[in-house]
Amino acid sequence: MRVTAAEETQSGTLFLLCLASWAIPGAGHLWLGRRSKGLIFLVALPLMFAIGVAIRGRLFPFELADPLVGLAALANLGIGATYFIAGALGYGGGDVRAVTYEYGNAFLIVAGLLNMLVVIDAYDVAMGRK
Amino acid sequence: MANFAFFVSLVFAVIAKDETHEQLRLGGMMFGGFLASALVLGWLMYPFPL
Repeated sequence: MRVTAAEETQSGTLFLLCLASWAIPGAGHLWLGRRSKGLIFLVALPLMFAIGVAIRGRLFPFELADPLVGLAALANLGIGATYFIAGALGYGGGDVRAVTYEYGNAFLIVAGLLNMLVVIDAYDVAMGRK
Repeated sequence: MANFAFFVSLVFAVIAKDETHEQLRLGGMMFGGFLASALVLGWLMYPFPL
């Protein structure tokens, strides 16, 4: 079965939409004209991530030898560009002695996982399923 | 814990529902559910030593 140019364009746009939605939380919904949803995601998810960093949570490294650390790193990565910006600025080192360390990790991991759900939701909206 | 419950409820409600009043209803129920279940679980674990 041959793929038409229109279908190729659509799949390219969908890829860009998902990429934008992942990189900047809520960008996909803003792109699709769902302004209020996009703005809520744009504020809530980076704020959640910032709280996680502020209370000394850790951005986990990709260590394949330790599967749980690797999975946590994957979840952290879900927040998109914010992950790289925080890493480049030296945030997210974590302080295991801090009382809030585990709470911070929970905030960082869940912020990434929620952004992945937001990407899937943007994809569903673009496909006309919602 | 309340902050965490608030953010998670907010995002889930906004993903799941399109109408504002439905989002508020679901978000409120989830937020209350998170807090109530945390309190109940906390008291259930109270007798156990660390």
